[in-house]
Amino acid sequence: MDERKIRVVVAKPGLDGHDRGAKVVARALRDAGMEVVYTGLRQTPEQIVETVLQEDADAVGISILSGAHTFYFTKIIGLLKEKDAGDIIVFGGGVIPDKDIPGLLEAGAGAVFGPGTPTSVCVEWLEKAVADKRAKEQ
Amino acid sequence: MDILINKALAGDMRAIARIISLIENGDPIADAVMRRIYPLTGKAMVIGITGSPGAGKSTLTDKLIESFRKKGKTVGIIAVDPSSPFSGGAILADRIRMQRHTGDEGVYIRSMGTRGSLGGLSRGTREAVLLLDACGKDVIIIETVGVGQSEVDIIKIADTVCVVLVPGMGDDIQIMKAGIMEIANVFAINKADKPGVDRVAAEVRLMLELVRDKSWTPPVHLTVAENGTGVEEFAESIVKHHEFIKNSPEGARFEFRRLSSEVEDILLKNLTRKAEKVWRSQKSGKLMEDLAARKTNPYTVASDILRKLFPQADYDEGIKEANTSHVTPDN
Repeated sequence: MDERKIRVVVAKPGLDGHDRGAKVVARALRDAGMEVVYTGLRQTPEQIVETVLQEDADAVGISILSGAHTFYFTKIIGLLKEKDAGDIIVFGGGVIPDKDIPGLLEAGAGAVFGPGTPTSVCVEWLEKAVADKRAKEQ
Repeated sequence: MDILINKALAGDMRAIARIISLIENGDPIADAVMRRIYPLTGKAMVIGITGSPGAGKSTLTDKLIESFRKKGKTVGIIAVDPSSPFSGGAILADRIRMQRHTGDEGVYIRSMGTRGSLGGLSRGTREAVLLLDACGKDVIIIETVGVGQSEVDIIKIADTVCVVLVPGMGDDIQIMKAGIMEIANVFAINKADKPGVDRVAAEVRLMLELVRDKSWTPPVHLTVAENGTGVEEFAESIVKHHEFIKNSPEGARFEFRRLSSEVEDILLKNLTRKAEKVWRSQKSGKLMEDLAARKTNPYTVASDILRKLFPQADYDEGIKEANTSHVTPDN
């Protein structure tokens, strides 16, 4: 009965109002047995980071379709580090040009999933990333 | 461990969040934490918000946070959503309605999945409330899962239980039924701009007239949580009930009942954990085959396990009784 569940915040930063993708991912993570905290639309990076800390999340997934991905990824990762929470996994997806992905990974994103990625790929990656993170805690 | 507790007691939000996770995960450390913080508890006003799915519990909670913050109170929120019976996962989305308070240092919001608990709360809700209480939150609001008729565990934890109803949920017989309708200390009839609200209000008031205990009659408030209509009055009734419960013989009785159920729950939780452990160690392919072939039965297996847990006690009580007295077929 007792087990440590994976807790993930799924967030939509900024002004784009399309959350179909975020909901599909949230649902897939739920079906994989994770507890998914969904923030709703139009969140500021500060709100997202605060939510991640209050909810003791292992990871935060951000969905961006507005083109502002570099700004939001960098900002959220920076704020987490500032709060001494740099160990929390940041991943994301949305409409993000391939050429921007290396920069996001460089900034500290764990993974970036483009349109058409099977949800199982995302789930498997996250399960492994959380297991690695927890192994380091021991 | 001590460092973590001290940080939490000093108000470090991340430490609080971490301890709640340990509690939720059934970590053995959690018991030690509770022992340590228990003397510091009992100061907060604990409010329960319950009602059917979509009644507006989260939106109402959001407005209550605003109301208490205006009065300078710090607020902790435990928002419970259901876990999947299949995957064990959950979508925890009560926060969406309260996100505007994220970033306010006087507000801590935590979402919890029920994780198999059936009474409308989650495993660990009680402990999470005690922790927030010890950490100095003035007001703690527990939002239950969307309930049906009989998920009433909230009365074991909250000082004041608010039941949120909406128009159009059935006839007056629904309101007469036992369960959720009996546990309210304050009623909110939300979405009061929708048709049918007067009828629900009248039926609830009529039902309340039949309640014998007249020491506290639950006030009935019409609210439109979306735009804040009626929320201030609703909040006032909550505070009034809290004063009532703290200054009356009913209050002392309530506190004893709550403490008794607390001991009971902890006892049962620990017993269950121990019993499950023994069962897992006993379980074998052979035993399962014997059971399937009816060579033994689940009752005997269970009482063998109990015998291991409590060697002194008498587990064949029922059998002896059956052999001696009333069950014996006579004349």
